[in-house]
Amino acid sequence: MFKALKARARQGYRTAAYPAEEPSLPSLFRGRPRFEADKCTAGCKRCVDLCPTDALRLTSIGPQLDLGRCIFCGECASACPEGAIEFTRDWRLAASARTELFLADDRQPHVEALRRELRRLLGRSLRLRQISAGGCNGCEAEVNALGNVVFDASRFGIDFVASPRHADGVLITGPITENMREATLRTYEAVAAPKLVIAAGACAISGGIFRGHPEVCDGVEALLPIDLYIPGCPPHPFTILDGLLRLLGRL
Amino acid sequence: MTLLTTGNSIPKPIAAIPVLDNDRFRQEVLSQIGGGRRLLLLTVIPGPDKRLLAALADDAIGEIGLLSTVVADSYPALTPDCPAAHYFEREIQEQFGIRSESHPWLKPVRFPHGGAAIEETEFFKVAGAEVHEVAVGPVHAGVIEPGHFRFNCHGERVLHLEISLGYQHRGVEAAMRGSPHKRSIHLAETVAGDTSAGHATAYCQLIEALSDTECSPRAIALRVVALELERIANHIGDLGALAGDVGFLPAAAYCGRLRGDALNLTAQLCGSRLGRGWIRPGGVAHEPGAEALGELKTRLIDTERDMRNAVDLLWKSSSVRARFENTGILTRQTAVDLGIVGPPARASGIDRDCRRDFAGPAYRDYQPIIAVGESGDVFARAMQRWQEIDSSLGLLHRPLDDPGTGDTIAPMRALAPDHVVLSLVEGWRGEIVHLGITDAAGRLSHYKILDPSFRNWFGLAMAMRGQAISDFPLCNKSFNLSYCGHDL
Repeated sequence: MFKALKARARQGYRTAAYPAEEPSLPSLFRGRPRFEADKCTAGCKRCVDLCPTDALRLTSIGPQLDLGRCIFCGECASACPEGAIEFTRDWRLAASARTELFLADDRQPHVEALRRELRRLLGRSLRLRQISAGGCNGCEAEVNALGNVVFDASRFGIDFVASPRHADGVLITGPITENMREATLRTYEAVAAPKLVIAAGACAISGGIFRGHPEVCDGVEALLPIDLYIPGCPPHPFTILDGLLRLLGRL
Repeated sequence: MTLLTTGNSIPKPIAAIPVLDNDRFRQEVLSQIGGGRRLLLLTVIPGPDKRLLAALADDAIGEIGLLSTVVADSYPALTPDCPAAHYFEREIQEQFGIRSESHPWLKPVRFPHGGAAIEETEFFKVAGAEVHEVAVGPVHAGVIEPGHFRFNCHGERVLHLEISLGYQHRGVEAAMRGSPHKRSIHLAETVAGDTSAGHATAYCQLIEALSDTECSPRAIALRVVALELERIANHIGDLGALAGDVGFLPAAAYCGRLRGDALNLTAQLCGSRLGRGWIRPGGVAHEPGAEALGELKTRLIDTERDMRNAVDLLWKSSSVRARFENTGILTRQTAVDLGIVGPPARASGIDRDCRRDFAGPAYRDYQPIIAVGESGDVFARAMQRWQEIDSSLGLLHRPLDDPGTGDTIAPMRALAPDHVVLSLVEGWRGEIVHLGITDAAGRLSHYKILDPSFRNWFGLAMAMRGQAISDFPLCNKSFNLSYCGHDL
């Protein structure tokens, strides 16, 4: 008992001051990308050719990135001879509409908070059933991190529950494999309406690095209506938390 | 010569692999295993003539023997005399339609596209009065990957556990064909997200070997840092989860946080908590500089102190030990027979670690102290994790103090055509094996990925025999195997 108390004193208080303070992220962290199209050399499409998930395309106004496909490898930015692409340390990436995820300048995607009636129904809590459907377990690892003392999502009333019957919605990770299609749909059906669908990670939004494989459904979009998109590969726990809090109108 | 001998990341011409007839192949594999080698891998080289390829490892001398036989629709199964082959032969039936005769049950492994539906599979049945079944998954109660567990129980006691996977099957091996291409390294990083450094290193080592590219000492040192930080993060996280599973919350909370601290150290060097975008063909993507490495070392010392404090709490709590000890025993013999690898093998008394036995380019100059347990229970696997953290912390001092010199990344050259190579890396879960075969144009025409989970899932099933079903979460966490690494 004394040992446990002594250890408690040594381990200290570790919960991040977020959202009162901005999270501290490493200098190499690859967050929201920013584009300066006027720096582009005419005819150059090095970034587009390199992109492993074809998230980049060249438009009349310069490169446009689909944040829903981006795996944040940063290869476009390293390859650009003019420095027209930069991954900033901005962790706020979530959006409530798919179109918000197409970036060509220095814009932060927008999250529309849930309707007031729905928020009243939820009260001060949000209970989610997580469905892991075919990814690499990276997103699951970061969702799990929300439960540790640093991120501690439950202080905001956000919890992951064991049964879809207890949930206000589902948070889906992975591209949804053919083998998980049925289980994903049945889990969704088991949640009482009104219910939310959150697609977390590049795989759930677009299929990510597995997009186009015959074994996968290229994400949630083809199967269910989505209320919140959380880009990343995987999204940082602060990115997930930020998206959820903005959806609840708390930020 | 009945065997072509090679080693970790040493390419050989495909034409040099001996081709025996079916019976002699079987005899030779069994006699080599009887002589002390173990079955490292069994797969089929596709082509007009389908060739069954066996890789046999001799851990004592770090040698891999290759031999093959041409197979038509079926061949005499190895499984009845070599249990370690059982899962490979199921996989071969599923991937290539080649039956191994007298295999006890050629049930699908991953239920790939176009085959049997995963929802309609059959399960092993135990008959008898009061025997009942418990079905769990694919969607689990926690934030966990999908898989189905079918328990045959008598009361609370588990008679047999069948683990049926494939829900994460997303076609990674098929997508690796034609490599190197722009998705290859990213696919390697996502074979298992918690082993990004492990699988990325295996892939890079493989194509570096085929193209005769040598990484600088500095790049090697940084890869060792990546691999050991990954090991520490996962082991400490699992120790916390084990504490949580027995309701010992202080250690659960501290270790959960410490796992994050280790991941943040990784992010300090590459920007990603899971080590994405770090290991690249030819070396590593980022040059951290002396200052960042110094800062990392300071933070690591701090983290180490907190880890010792948190884990000490675990060993000194009699309630924790009472739940860990004698739970979920995997005997040494079963582990040997099934070809179990990694911490569960070592916890059952098998002295096997790729970092020493098949050091390869990464660990040639960085030798860890290898801990070997004895009792094969949850306690042994938990203690194993801690001893491996301890050993990794010691090992990390060298590459951090003296990261060597040279460019972080070397330019890649073309791959040698018509060659075969095996790349081995001791990931935190155990031995990772990637096998690559190039075509005449120097592209990878066949790519085989072997995550340690592929072998070890059956070890978990065996450890559950005779256990209380309520101890399943604890046993499961002590192995903490990968679904996505298995399903590919």
